[in-house]
Amino acid sequence: MSQLAVKTHLREERLRHIWCPGCGNGIVMGAIARAIDKLGLNPDQTAIVSGIGCSSRASGYMDFDTLHTTHGRAIPFATGLKLARPELNVIVITGDGDAAAIGGNHLIHAARRNIDITVVCFNNNIYGMTSGQYSPLTPRGMKATTAPYGTIDRSFDLCRLVGAAGASYVARGTAYHVRQLINLIANAIAKKGFSFVEAVSQCPTYYGRRNHLGSAVDMLRWQKEHAVPVKAAANMTPEELEDKIVIGELQNLSGQPEYVSEYYRLVREVQHQHAALR
Amino acid sequence: MSGKDRFYRLMQGDEACAEGALAAGMRFFAGYPITPASEIAEYLSQRLPEEGGVFIQMEDEIASMGAIIGASLGGMKSMTATSGPGFSLMQENLGYASMAEVPCVVVDVQRLGPSTGSPTAPAQGDVMQARWGTHGDHAVVVLSPSSVKEVYQLTVKAFNIAEELRLPVVLLMDEVVAHMRERVDMRELAQVEVVDRKRPATPKDSYLPYGPDRDDVPALARFGDGYHFHVTGLFHDSTGFPTGNPKEIERQIARQHRKLERYRPYLCIGDEEALEDAEVVVLAYGGSARPALAAVRQGRREGLRVGLIRPTVLWPFPEETIYALATRVQSIIVPEMNLGQLALEVERSVKGECRVTRLPKVNGELFTPEEILAVIRKEALSCPSWRLRPIYEKKDYAISGVQAVATA
Repeated sequence: MSQLAVKTHLREERLRHIWCPGCGNGIVMGAIARAIDKLGLNPDQTAIVSGIGCSSRASGYMDFDTLHTTHGRAIPFATGLKLARPELNVIVITGDGDAAAIGGNHLIHAARRNIDITVVCFNNNIYGMTSGQYSPLTPRGMKATTAPYGTIDRSFDLCRLVGAAGASYVARGTAYHVRQLINLIANAIAKKGFSFVEAVSQCPTYYGRRNHLGSAVDMLRWQKEHAVPVKAAANMTPEELEDKIVIGELQNLSGQPEYVSEYYRLVREVQHQHAALR
Repeated sequence: MSGKDRFYRLMQGDEACAEGALAAGMRFFAGYPITPASEIAEYLSQRLPEEGGVFIQMEDEIASMGAIIGASLGGMKSMTATSGPGFSLMQENLGYASMAEVPCVVVDVQRLGPSTGSPTAPAQGDVMQARWGTHGDHAVVVLSPSSVKEVYQLTVKAFNIAEELRLPVVLLMDEVVAHMRERVDMRELAQVEVVDRKRPATPKDSYLPYGPDRDDVPALARFGDGYHFHVTGLFHDSTGFPTGNPKEIERQIARQHRKLERYRPYLCIGDEEALEDAEVVVLAYGGSARPALAAVRQGRREGLRVGLIRPTVLWPFPEETIYALATRVQSIIVPEMNLGQLALEVERSVKGECRVTRLPKVNGELFTPEEILAVIRKEALSCPSWRLRPIYEKKDYAISGVQAVATA
């Protein structure tokens, strides 16, 4: 299944991709393709919407209707598309700078509306496309081209933010735990309502090198060693969790009103009332 | 109600905009509250569900502009409405719509700026922003109505142009026109011609979303119909995928502008009054055209040879029409509620063939007819002898001016 998924859901003629050797984005994009394949989604009824940044270039490589938008604004474009064509599976691909900085407000409000789209955030802790400035997800103390002395900014926990804003489904995975990542993305797409998956990825070129984190393999090993499943994390203290990545399903709510169905329910009611008045 | 009364309705400009949009087939509106455009959203929040369409209030104007582009690619005619500060926020995504050639309509009800300015005061300070607000050389059409009836008609036209040319169209209103209430004849408004975008007729695997077409406007497929096409704000070739090839970039940007140039003759629309024998002409648009018309009529009563030209398409500017006019009149007066924005374009278009007098007003008040009439009288009195001069004298003057600079 897996090899085939990549073959059928990627535009092979559009490759080579622009990503650096060792980049984790290809693994996450592959996981999305495999998740779509796992669910058996109709490719004609699936749209990929992305913002600006390394990760957002993925839309051009995927064989669906694809929309590569402006920096930070993929979610509003996706919102318009989903409301106009509710039958489509709308998947947003974004990065940590795109989603958490310039597009942070849109992320919060899409989660609040609980609109039935899936956002996959490729988190490589850095602005890669512009060659290594610190993002809202760069851990405190780490170096970047705009933080030569180490960043003093505290980093976001995007999953907690999106969960608190009301998303039906929130999960985190890593490029290393790729089988789990495929399942998490598949669950997110299948979930009605707003779903969010943070996919921790590695940028050996602009993040790893500057912070002496080693090769791509070393960075993947770091993911393996620092990832803690949700259940195990429940029994750990905040101190123990300080440099860990909690992976798995973080929020899975049922029975939450979903925006598109709520909207069209309202339309039916209004039209019914008008028909009754006539 | 009896007899003819039932054909008439008292309508506000903002309301006429909403109704015109619905008549044009608009079924998706995304917006953010702002004075003096909020009534459009309020009105549509009631009307769109009735029509089975979508109304959504977004978190800001950037998101509103993004949502209408997404909806348009989903196949719905879409619109947003805002005012100066919100229009500024929309500029990046407006450029995207232009680059990706996604039809949509943006309504900007101008208010006095810059910045928060004076939210309820009329102004026409966004004329240049509507043309050049987003970065890069982009194609955009800007329309400017002067009455409630015309708001309705030009909103329909805005959608038709957007659909026919695959580009964003800006309906540039001002607070006076948007908030004004007038009686409209519903029979006149019912006569609406609606244009829909061209759909691809080619097989799915040979579809080129940015390919050359006879009229330079490629057909636009709908997301979800199996075309698997790519839309990006990056420079792209005819397939829609990014390219860095200078020849391809040049080809695409040339086509985007050529499609508008081709259509230009159909865009030289507007209205005129008493132009035939006019020596002094007032060029006015939007809310300013109302007192201008009153001033022109009063001038005529006083025996002055004055006329009015009122372009309803501001961009692309009807430069040939204005040049032709300039060759047969003495003076063009441009009253506008800014410090002289469209006047710059008039000055450029007349190529020295007649005098251009700017009449700016930026205190948050509409012109009075008397203010414009005073300038008409002054121009009419000072012009005749000037006009009798042979044309070569004017040219001599220009040449001697150049020589003077050269010798200095």
